[in-house]
Amino acid sequence: MPSNPEISPHRAAPANWTPDMPLVSIKDVHKSFGKLEVLRGVSLDVKKGEVVCIIGPSGSGKSTLIRCINGLNDIQKGSILVEGQEVNDPKLDKLALRKKVGIVFQQYNLFPHKTALENVMMAPVKVLKEPRREVEERARALIAKVRLSGKEDVYPGHLSGGQQQRVAIARSLAMRPDVMLFDEVTAALDPETVKEVLLTIKELAAEGMTCILVTHEMGFAREVADHVYFTDRGVIVEHGPPEELFTKAKDERTQRFLSQIF
Amino acid sequence: MFELIAPIFQRLADETGWNFIIFYDRYEYDRFVTGISISLQLILWSILLSLVIGVLGAWVQTARSALLRGIVDGYIQLFRNTPPLIQLLFFYFGLGAFTPQVDMGGYYEPMISSFTWAVLSLGIFGGAFNVEIFRSGIEAVPKATAEAAESLCFSSWQTYAYVTLPLAFRISLPALTNNLVSLAKTTSLAYVISVPEMTYTLNQVWSDNINVPEMMVVLFLFYVVVVSLIAAGLHVLEKRLALPGYGR
Repeated sequence: MPSNPEISPHRAAPANWTPDMPLVSIKDVHKSFGKLEVLRGVSLDVKKGEVVCIIGPSGSGKSTLIRCINGLNDIQKGSILVEGQEVNDPKLDKLALRKKVGIVFQQYNLFPHKTALENVMMAPVKVLKEPRREVEERARALIAKVRLSGKEDVYPGHLSGGQQQRVAIARSLAMRPDVMLFDEVTAALDPETVKEVLLTIKELAAEGMTCILVTHEMGFAREVADHVYFTDRGVIVEHGPPEELFTKAKDERTQRFLSQIF
Repeated sequence: MFELIAPIFQRLADETGWNFIIFYDRYEYDRFVTGISISLQLILWSILLSLVIGVLGAWVQTARSALLRGIVDGYIQLFRNTPPLIQLLFFYFGLGAFTPQVDMGGYYEPMISSFTWAVLSLGIFGGAFNVEIFRSGIEAVPKATAEAAESLCFSSWQTYAYVTLPLAFRISLPALTNNLVSLAKTTSLAYVISVPEMTYTLNQVWSDNINVPEMMVVLFLFYVVVVSLIAAGLHVLEKRLALPGYGR
């Protein structure tokens, strides 16, 4: 049931948070679905402007972890701070959190009854109550930015997977988030459309957007990431700069995983 | 209109004995037109009420509170599993007995008219089915689509109103058409609580004029035309709202 239809007007970070501190700080996070323990004490920090990739075999808890960051999944133990604000707080203003944290999903999840432009405009207009004209201008610019000019009035059903995914990215950006989460955004795409989506993300990263990606695109992770985390069975096995992790992995599990991929 | 058709039906009655008195007698004609108007209003308001109940009820069905869901479930069981005729009688004679009377200047009338009782009763009856119809539509909307709205700061009501319901409505439309068509026909039951709608009016006419077969034909045609128009309208809506390229 709705409890808080209005966004809290102030979105200033708590006074104890400064931009030189981690934008996202995850400490000893535990998460179970019933008896299945998906995350077993995960900790990681993401600084402002940093691009972090989380890699690892299926079922290692990667997606669950980033879904926890914007409160789509709740956690049983530990702490997730976004700009100093505790996500694991029952009194948390989820809407204020989600305004800061954008997420793009594997299956794009566009609104099929709205055109590309309307998809991008909907949340700022309907939820943030921003003036329609202003939002439309911004939305058109974002659609151009993801190289989809001319597709503004096309419905998602008539767009390719890669095009839909880029609309989804523009839709998240329209909320002007401080950090973007990407949950295996290329996993459902044809190989030839993967490239255009990755290019879009790369441009975002180059502009200084803080990004956390769960991905199976190792080449991309290596090229774009500032830091790579390898997870397996709910824990972070190893992490480091991509050059180090991909060439000089210390843990046997990491080595085995990477050898299967490359 | 009346002046145009009256001579034709007058001649028909004189020459063949087919007595369509509602088309050539001014008094009966006015009665007939009033009957049409009341019937159409009854259909319109019952359908609207049933839709409002359906939309709200289906939303409550998605609530976390087991109590709220239980209440809606109880409502559905009660009104889906009892005959609409009994419901009309229950509302009008059962509940109607407890509603206050209003002084109309010398005589008293119940505060809630038989027409209002019919709208309430039929709307609540149709609404019970609509809740289930919308619920099935809501369940067919991918959870991930609603989740995307949630992640874009939509509140749960906004997610329902802007995303889930518009999609669920499209999925539900064929089943909804069936139910609304059925509800439109069920309005004829308001006859039993003396709402002067089409069935009641023509019954009066044939009692006064002993022309049952003729009035039966008119009654049949009336419902055929009205219900076909409702169904056709909903089909057009279905085509209009079809999601381009969705689900292929």
